[in-house]
Amino acid sequence: MAELLVPFQYDFMIKAMWVSSLVGAVCGFLSCYLMLKGWSLMGDALAHAIVPGVAVAYLFKLPYAVGAFFAGLLAALGMAFIRQQSKLNVDAVIGLVFTTFFAAGMLLVSLYPAAINVQTIVLGNILAISDWDALQVVIITAVSLAVLLLIWRDLIAVFFDEDHAASVGLPVTRLKVIFFTLLSACTVAALQTVGALLVIAMVVTPGATAYLLVDRFERLILIAVGLGAGTSFVGAYISYFLDGATGGVIVTLQTLIFLAAFIFAPKHGLLARRRAIKTTVLADGRDASASPAASP
Amino acid sequence: MTLDVQDRARAELTGTAAADPAAVPALDVQGVTVTYPNGHTAMRYGTFSLGAGTICGLVGVNGSGKSTLFRAIMGFVTPQDGQIRVFGAPVADAMRANRIAYVPQSENVDWNFPVLVKDVVMMGRYGRMGMMRIPRAIDRHVVQQSLERVGMEAYRNRQIGELSGGQKKRVFLARALAQEAEVILLDEPFTGVDVKTEGAIIDLLMALRDGGHVMLVSTHNLGSVPDFCDQVVLVKGTVIASGPTKTTFTETNLAHAFGGVLRQFRLGGRDLHDDDDARGVTVLTDDERPVVFYGADGSREMPRHRQDEEAAEPDADARSQVEAADAPDAAEKAGKRDG
Amino acid sequence: MMSWISEPLSYPFMQQALLIAVLVGTVCAVLSCYLILKGWSLMGDAVSHAVLPGIVIAFLVGAPLAVGAFIAGLFCAVATGYLKENSRIKEDTVMGVVFSGMFAFGIVLFVKVETDQHLNHILFGNLLGVSQAELIELAVTAIAVIAIVLVKRRDLMLYCFDPEHAQAINLPVRSLHYGLLILLSLTIVASIKAVGIILVVAMLIAPGAIGYLVTDRFDKMMAVAVASAITSSVAGTILSFHIGGATGPTIILVQASLFMVAFVFGQRRTSPIALDRKAAQRPSLR
Repeated sequence: MAELLVPFQYDFMIKAMWVSSLVGAVCGFLSCYLMLKGWSLMGDALAHAIVPGVAVAYLFKLPYAVGAFFAGLLAALGMAFIRQQSKLNVDAVIGLVFTTFFAAGMLLVSLYPAAINVQTIVLGNILAISDWDALQVVIITAVSLAVLLLIWRDLIAVFFDEDHAASVGLPVTRLKVIFFTLLSACTVAALQTVGALLVIAMVVTPGATAYLLVDRFERLILIAVGLGAGTSFVGAYISYFLDGATGGVIVTLQTLIFLAAFIFAPKHGLLARRRAIKTTVLADGRDASASPAASP
Repeated sequence: MTLDVQDRARAELTGTAAADPAAVPALDVQGVTVTYPNGHTAMRYGTFSLGAGTICGLVGVNGSGKSTLFRAIMGFVTPQDGQIRVFGAPVADAMRANRIAYVPQSENVDWNFPVLVKDVVMMGRYGRMGMMRIPRAIDRHVVQQSLERVGMEAYRNRQIGELSGGQKKRVFLARALAQEAEVILLDEPFTGVDVKTEGAIIDLLMALRDGGHVMLVSTHNLGSVPDFCDQVVLVKGTVIASGPTKTTFTETNLAHAFGGVLRQFRLGGRDLHDDDDARGVTVLTDDERPVVFYGADGSREMPRHRQDEEAAEPDADARSQVEAADAPDAAEKAGKRDG
Repeated sequence: MMSWISEPLSYPFMQQALLIAVLVGTVCAVLSCYLILKGWSLMGDAVSHAVLPGIVIAFLVGAPLAVGAFIAGLFCAVATGYLKENSRIKEDTVMGVVFSGMFAFGIVLFVKVETDQHLNHILFGNLLGVSQAELIELAVTAIAVIAIVLVKRRDLMLYCFDPEHAQAINLPVRSLHYGLLILLSLTIVASIKAVGIILVVAMLIAPGAIGYLVTDRFDKMMAVAVASAITSSVAGTILSFHIGGATGPTIILVQASLFMVAFVFGQRRTSPIALDRKAAQRPSLR
């Protein structure tokens, strides 16, 4: 029993758990919008695209968030430009740009293996995060959360019906730019907890799980934020006993909860659907046998 | 207190608070030209003007500039030339004051979005709410009233995707009502809607007109235009005719606007009757509800009676349902062929 | 100039690396043409991430790693389809949930299980560390995949272009669908050893995208894709030798430069009709 409390005796563990849950909460918030719009690939792409920026930042001892931000911005502009100027599908353009950026990051790593720890970037290492990096994460997530609390209703209106949102005077383009800025900021933060390869889960899975459970946006957000924060906290805690792989544990937890919701959700779950189909079929069968017109 | 709020809301809803309607036209479009960045001029010197308390049909083939006009009036595109004034004020000011509402076709709306009917209608209030968009008592009240006006208050707690096509349209109409605007633009409000809902929407539009609202309704449903539109604007790259329905919605003008696109039948003389009556019947149709002209000069004399429509309803209803079932399939096939 | 090219090729390990790069590049290029047309870029991404738990479990039970990887990759594709059919969640969201979940599980397993594999080599590949046996495995897979695709190329193209029509003329649509998925999984499994999980995605997108930009005809598109993939494989391998960087990423970057060249100079003019259609497709009014 006492063994289970051991993680709480270490400052680095307490720091890791709190920072993780903060990141999980903001990513969960964003995941509600991302999964509804079918933009999972965007989250994945941004997370990969910022890798060269982080590598350069570590190389020159800059704040990692600055490097990540510039790389993300460059990738986003590149995608927008190629999309506009060619007839390629969106997903092909996104895939093309993010893999190229990632390759650039990997080339940098192979050229300067001593200065950059590649595992930290692609898999995260929250248990060993420096105070300076942790501070960057806290600032990013706190600001993002504050902005989201201000504009979450506007974002719903924009993503539900853009034309109408513009007609009641919402600044549609500005809101979308803010949303994608927040998304890149949060992938930068999540890089520290789960790493570039698993950021996609943080910005998709909690929202998808909540979407199986409820039909109202307010509740969707509450559940997704709770799931994101909870799994991140517990995941960081468990990873103490595994001696690493925090990102893997967090995302595995999130996926397990998703599967549970997929099967057991009260209205949209697999079992509930089966039951609904069965009752309709039974009712139809009864109708058919009852009405003489139905039988030839 | 409650009564006061209600009265004020009602006054705003019916538009009695509007400025003197006789002095300034409610919607004034003068010589508007819109050219897109790719060099395509979608509207050239479009001019028309509407007074308060009007329902105006905006009629033309696809690509004739109907939606471009809407976009210009909503301020989504800036005309290269000409000007648009709403109650004498520039579009931007009118938009800021929430004097223009828009009921888009909303083809790209994701109906699985986790929002309830009342949430959707509340979005119409966003322009009038504080920065955080937290609903006040008056907002809730107006939402409730708007839902009642379109007859959807029983569905207020349903998820939006659970409604039928006609019910969705009515919710979107309620969303525009909740905005409490004097000018309402409706983009094809009758597509995918059964005849009964169409009648309900038309009745609502007429009630709004009597309250002083101005409505611009784009439609290719020619048959219903004379039933409820006081004014008509015909477009084909420019405004080719505008004015009262009786004098503007004529065979000649329609033939010009739809040249070659519509099916046209003319029945007269021996084909129609065995006397010397020179009058004939002209039927113009795009395979939806046909428009019928009766008389020697082709001018339209008798608007169809609503009772007729009601009598014919079961049949028409069934037909429109079949059409609705066929339509997406056909559209998909057409899309495939294009791609 | 000649020696700049010939010097690296005088080393046997470089010759082998070059051979592998060309093999991987060619087979990925052939498949990429279909993925581009079908809009399956994310599918390549998903399958390649999802193989990780398969590799670890195969190691645990003593099965060939390639078999475990292949099963895991296919499982990801099938599970995505199943979850999509049985819930109201969008396909790409489901795919993101499934592959990230599988990858995360793989990482956890990897940390818990002592294997003789380097995580870095699975993630990023190592063109220079491929054994003789693996080379043969790769060659056999690549040639088999290319042969199957060439035989079935018209059916596959029709399926990617218009699945409904393919069904209407009685093509075995289900077999084509799963056949393409199996070919994709095979290719990814065979290529991972050389270029790694993430960069194989690039090789499955870029060549097809280049071909798609410069030509209208499918056969030409495939020829251009294969040519550009081979060119960048050769150039990337030699270049990486001289700059002392990792080979996989260098190949990808050369490929990206080729794409930029095609993007700037090679794009065939889009006809006005296509432009109109693009404008009409744009979701927003603005």
